[in-house]
Parts: sequence; structure tokens; C-alpha cells
Amino acid sequence: MAMLEVQDIHAYYGNIQALNGISLTVEEGEIVTLIGANGAGKTSTLRTISGLLPPRKGKITLEGEDLLKYKAHEIVYKRVAMVPEGRGIFARLTVAENLDMGAFSRDDKDGIEEDRERVYELFPRMKERITQVAGTLSGGEQQMLATGRALMTHPRLLLMDEPSMGLAPVLVESIFETIQEINKEGTTILLVEQNATMALSVADRGYVVQTGEIVLHDTAANLQQNEMVQKAYLGID
Amino acid sequence: MSETNNFDYRIPLQNGLIAGVVALSVSVIGMVTLLAQRYLIAGWLTLGQVILFMAPAAMSYLAAGKAPQNNRGIALIYGFLTGLISALPLVALILLNEVIDLRQFLPNVSPALIEILTFGRGTVAGSLFLIIVTSVLGLVAAGLYLLPDRIRRPIFSGLIWTFFFGMFSEILSDRLRTFFGTDFAKLIIESKALRPVVAVTIFIVTASLSVLWSRRGDKVKGRMAKMDTKSQNRMRYGLIIFGITLMLILPLLLGTYLSEVMNMILIFALMGFGLNIVVGFAGLLDLGYVAFFAIGAYTMGVLTSTGDLGVAGMSFWLAIPICVAVSMLGGLLLGMPVLRMRGDYLAIVTLGFGEIIRILVLSDLLKPYIGGAQGLLKINKPVIVGIPLIKPDQFYYVALAGCLIAAFISYRLSQARLGRQWMAIREDEDVAEAMGIRLVNTKLLAFAIGAAFAGLAGAIFASKLTSIFPHSFNLLISINVLCMIIVGGMGSLPGVILGALALVGLPELLREFAEFRLLMYGIVLIVMMLAKPEGLWPSAIRKRELHVHDNEDYEDYPEAMAPRAETRDPGLEGPSHL
Ligand SMILES: Nc1ncnc2c1ncn2[C@@H]1O[C@H](COP(=O)(O)OP(=O)(O)O)[C@@H](O)[C@H]1O
Ligand SMILES: [Mg+2]
Repeated sequence: MAMLEVQDIHAYYGNIQALNGISLTVEEGEIVTLIGANGAGKTSTLRTISGLLPPRKGKITLEGEDLLKYKAHEIVYKRVAMVPEGRGIFARLTVAENLDMGAFSRDDKDGIEEDRERVYELFPRMKERITQVAGTLSGGEQQMLATGRALMTHPRLLLMDEPSMGLAPVLVESIFETIQEINKEGTTILLVEQNATMALSVADRGYVVQTGEIVLHDTAANLQQNEMVQKAYLGID
Repeated sequence: MSETNNFDYRIPLQNGLIAGVVALSVSVIGMVTLLAQRYLIAGWLTLGQVILFMAPAAMSYLAAGKAPQNNRGIALIYGFLTGLISALPLVALILLNEVIDLRQFLPNVSPALIEILTFGRGTVAGSLFLIIVTSVLGLVAAGLYLLPDRIRRPIFSGLIWTFFFGMFSEILSDRLRTFFGTDFAKLIIESKALRPVVAVTIFIVTASLSVLWSRRGDKVKGRMAKMDTKSQNRMRYGLIIFGITLMLILPLLLGTYLSEVMNMILIFALMGFGLNIVVGFAGLLDLGYVAFFAIGAYTMGVLTSTGDLGVAGMSFWLAIPICVAVSMLGGLLLGMPVLRMRGDYLAIVTLGFGEIIRILVLSDLLKPYIGGAQGLLKINKPVIVGIPLIKPDQFYYVALAGCLIAAFISYRLSQARLGRQWMAIREDEDVAEAMGIRLVNTKLLAFAIGAAFAGLAGAIFASKLTSIFPHSFNLLISINVLCMIIVGGMGSLPGVILGALALVGLPELLREFAEFRLLMYGIVLIVMMLAKPEGLWPSAIRKRELHVHDNEDYEDYPEAMAPRAETRDPGLEGPSHL
């Protein structure tokens, strides 16, 4: 059984249709990427999974269990966490307080401390800036903090929405290295990206979204070779 | 701007004209004349004159600040010219009034106003005198700007304190008479204003204290920090005991009238604590907050009135918990449908709710129960061990108790898990939800607790007045409480008290202002937002927010505009550091 199974999701903002029958699966231990242009429906897909955008039609299961019956604030207890687009850190709280908020749903003190140490290992820079107010961090650091905060929920499945957005090339590379590291430590990752080159280089499998539909689905290696993908998303003619 | 080291005539011209137009406006709308009746310093200075010359002095001060640095001459000239130019619109008014009777168009341009503007010296001599006064004032203001901070600061605090004492000299006189006798009061106050000698003394004393504090303050703080925890604790307890004693004996010091004012301040502060939870903690903009105040007041009225409309004739104490519960229920009922909305929508819907309650209270539908426009009369006063708390200085303790309870609950909540939930929601609803916070429940709690505080305030208010009427529960109350917490500092508990003192206490004490109250209100808010946007006593979190803006150049850039901003970050060297 797949870890996450999304079947034929239709979702709307009022009368505007954002998703028109999205289906995808994520197996345990994988990095799966969802690539597509701006406005294709990547964020909306993540929002339906995390309960923020209930779909009108379709099915989402996590290890066979219906995920749609849970509200957004209950999803975290299913150990699904999201790193939102544009990071969404709590700008007025310090780094440490942001991480604390991540552990809000938990009461296992030892586990929380373990995860905190893990986050600091992954991002030594966060440890250096423990007392710094998050709004004054640089863009790259804010991305680290948002990722760290999501890890503080101790997720099995991590949903990441364009972590490379707006970062300089060096930082993009390091963020993707971190994503691989998180995955190696046992967290399954569904990665939404516009930066298809980088995303496909770290992912096992990929889906291509266009106007709310999946138009292509294959292993990352195959997608990198795919003519249409090369043309539209990798900038190769 | 132009070259840095040159005289730029536009600066004094601009500043002077702005000041002149402001001075002209306050004159023409009648403020100066009205406030000239109140002397601050007997025989010397009226409040009207302060209002009149405020703008010229302030704009000259600012003009001096725009002079090239290290060029004191130009700064002084800027100040002088700004002052001079600021008199010209007024002089034009005086001269024009000679030719045509301006009173037909501008009813407030009275002989009394002209008399004030010309210092009673006739048209020509008076106009010249006015120009000289504003020019000298401009020069002095510029000179003040040039003084080093350590001298300027004491002068400012001296001026502010003298002004403050002058404003309240009538009340001061009353208090002095009570405690030290009529003779002593007359030594200090002459026909409701400070005697000049006293004004000078106050200035010198407060300015010296300010000097002392800036010299010694840090040392004192340092010494306190160095003390061992035992003496620190002793000190803290000492302060707390002092504070409690002061609160308990306050009505004795204040007397009846000031106690009455204090009661209004406390009732509003109580509401402020409630709205602070809703807006300051949870970030939900509620513009219909007065609704819960009204619910509390009318519940108290219906339950305890001994008049025709009373149903239960309950005692105040028995009714209080019911009032709180009913308001809380009101908060929940309103909250459930509207809290799914965000930001502006919420503000509009709550605004509507406030109006609905007011109209309901006025309506014929409810008239048989709560009296409509005729109001609800004969509401019970609280009784303690057989003593009815009728006089303001007795009732004070009820209002104080309500306020302290609200402050205590607010403080505990801000430290608790719930406080963190509110904070997260205020910052980012989606993320808060993703962290496992129940959005609607958490918001509902804020709403309900806020409503409960307002209901308590309303109940106390009704009992204080013993009769209530629909017009007491209008939109202005909501706005007033909101302004209070903005001026005090969003989310800050001491800020609520300061806000209530400033926006409820001061206007209550300045009854001559009544006509211009809203105008003054607006001016105070604008000045406040420009000078101290974080409020009088900002909460720790708000301070950080401003800190965020201070560091803007260190922060993230809109990437499209500065794609390589990241690499400029001094701390980031490369992927190996991640
Ligand atoms: N809050 C919203 N209200 C209305 N339409 C929206 C909203 N958010 C997204 N959309 C629309 O839904 C579609 C998909 O958007 P989104 O999922 O954000 O795309 P992506 O993340 O791939 O850029 C777009 O057409 C977008 O305009
Ligand atoms: Mg998106």
C-alpha cells in the first residue's frame, strides 16, 4: 500500500477551479516531486492534502486511512507536516520560539528535545541564531527555520512547497542537499517545485502538473530525458 | 533635496506656511478663543495661546533640523524665518478683518479672537507684536534644537510637567485645599491657574529631576541589578505592597470628583483588557465591541432594577456572574458565524453587530422589557456588609476589583498555552492550523473572554449610573476602546492602563474641550502614530516587530528586485555551512 494516495481530486476556490482530477501516489521513503508552471495547481494540491482546501471530489488516503475526514489542525497528528510556500515563519517570534511552535501538538518531552537537536544538527546556523527574531533572518535562514519547524512536528511525510523560491543558486543547492539528508533519515517527502532541474535531480519520481491536471508521470531519470519536460521545464531545446 | 551646505529658502517658507495655516485654522474654528479662558500661568499664559503657538514652535524646531549639519547659523535663521512666516496668515486675518467684517463668513472671528491675536495692542502695533512673538519663538525653538540632548531633554520634561500642572491647576487647588488648607492652596494657585513663581519652580524642579535621573538612573538600575536575589525580592515585594496600598487609599487622595473620573478610567480599562485579548492577543479586529458592554449593562439593569422593568430585584453581587455569563454567551453566539471570516470582513461584520444591538435596545420590540429610549432606571448599587457603595470613592473599589481581575486573567492567559495559540493565529492562520491549533475554537475563546470582560464592565457601569439609556452604547465606545489599546500599545497590559488614562482620563478632565474633543482625539492619534507607532508602553513582541523593520536592509529583499540579495548576507558562505 502506498503511503499517500491521492485520487482524482477536484478543488475550487469559490467558483474558480484549481484542481481538475489530480491523482498521485507517494511510497514510503521516497522523494516525489510535483513540477509545473506558476498557477498550475501545485500549492493547491498540497493544501488539499494538508486539509486547508477541502476538495469537492476525490479521495486522499494515508496508509489506507481516509485523510479527508480530518480537519487541517488534526492532520499534524497523522504526522504529515507542511513547509508552506513563502516560508510562513512567525516573524515576531525568535528562532527558538518558532521551533517550539512546531512542537505544539506534542507532549513527549524527550522526543521533542531529540528532534530539536536533530534540527540544530541539520541547520547549525539555527543554533547560532536561537534568540534572533525570525523576521530578521535572511531568506535562506527563514527557509531553514520553516523546514526545521515542520520537522519539530516529527513527520513521516513532509510536504514542501517551493523551498528554493527566491534563493540564490548556492543556497538552492544546499537546500536540496538538506532535503536529501532529511529523506535519508527516514522522512518521506513530497516536493513541489518550479525549479524542475534541481527537483528532478534529487527526486525518485515526478509528476508534471498543468492547469490542475497531471499530464505526465514517470521516474525522475526518465522525466529528465523526456523531450516535452526538457523543453517546457528544463530549458533545453 | 538641494546641495547640503546651502541656505534653502523653501524650507522656512514651507514650514512657516504650514504652521501659519494650522495657527489660522485653530483660530478660525474658535478653539483659541474658547481655550483662552483657561489660564495655565496666572496672568501670563492661557491654553489658547499654547494651542495657537504650538504649530509655529514645532515647525521652527523641525525647520532647524533640516538645516545643513554643523551650520548653526542657518538653523537659527530657518527657525526665525519659519516663526516669522507663520505669523503672516494670522496678520492677514487681522488686517482683512479691518476692511471687511469677517464674522459674516467665519462666525468665530470675534473681537475676542482679534484681541488675543493682537495682544490687545490694536491692529498695527498688535500685528507687529505678533510677528515679533512668533519670530522669537521660532528662534528659541531652533536654539532648543541645537542644544545637546542632555540639556534639551530636561528642558522638554520641565516644559511638559509645567504644562501638565498648569492644565490641572483647578483640581490641584481643590486637593491642596483639602489637605493643606485654603491659605496654602492660594499660595500655589491664583484664580485657577499656577502662580508664575510656582510655574517657574515646577519647571526648575522637574528639569533638575530629569537631569538627575539621566545621570544617576543607570547607576541606580545597575546597583539594583547587582543586588542579590534576596534583596531584589524584598525590593519587589516592597514595591508591590506600596502599589497595593496606593490603590487602596487612592480615593482618599483623589476626592469625590477625581474618584468619579477614576471610576470611568477603570471601567474603560476593564473593557480595554477584554478587547486587548481579542485584538492584541488574537489579532481579530472587532469593531462592535460595545455590544457586549451593552449586554452586560442591560442584564444588570433587568436583573437588579427595583423600578417597573426589574424582573428579579437581585442584588448586584448575585447579578454580576450572570451578566458575565450572558455576555460571554453573546460572544460565543456572535463568534460562531463570523469567526470563519478574516481581517476586514470580520471588522465589518462585528461593526454591524454592534449597531444591531444598539438598534435592538432602542426598538419597540424590546421596549416593554428594557425601556427603549426611556432607558432602564433604578438599578441597584452594590452593597457590602450592609453598606451600599453609593459615593464614587466607595464605588471605586468595585471598579478596581473588576479591573484587577481582568488584568490578572489577561496576564495568566498571555503566559499560558492559549496565549501562544493566539499568538500563532495572529501571525499566520494557515501555519497555526498546520501546527495543530484549532482555529475556530481558539478564536472563539478569545472572543468569549473579551466579551465577558466587556460584560463585566457594562454591569459595573450600569450599577454606577443606576440608570442606562441606549445612546450610551454607541459606536464611539468601540472606537474609543480600540484607540485606547492602540495608543497604549497593542497586546500590552500596562499599555491598556496608560491608554485609558490618556484617552478617558484626560478628556474627562478637560471639559472645555468637549466641543473639540474629537478633533483633539484625531490629532493625538495622528501624532501618536507618527511619533510612537508601537504605543506608549509596547509589549515585548511589538518591540520586536519594530526591530524587524529597523533591520530591513538585512532582511529578505523582494527577490525579483534583488536576485542576489542572498549572497550579500554577511553570515552565509556556502552550502557547506548548512
Ligand atoms: N486563494 C485563491 N483564490 C482564488 N484562486 C486561487 C487562490 N489560490 C490559487 N488560486 C488559483 O488556483 C490555481 C492554482 O493555483 P496554485 O495552486 O497556487 O498554483 P501553483 O502553486 O502551481 O503556482 C491558479 O489558477 C490560481 O489562480
Ligand atoms: Mg504555488
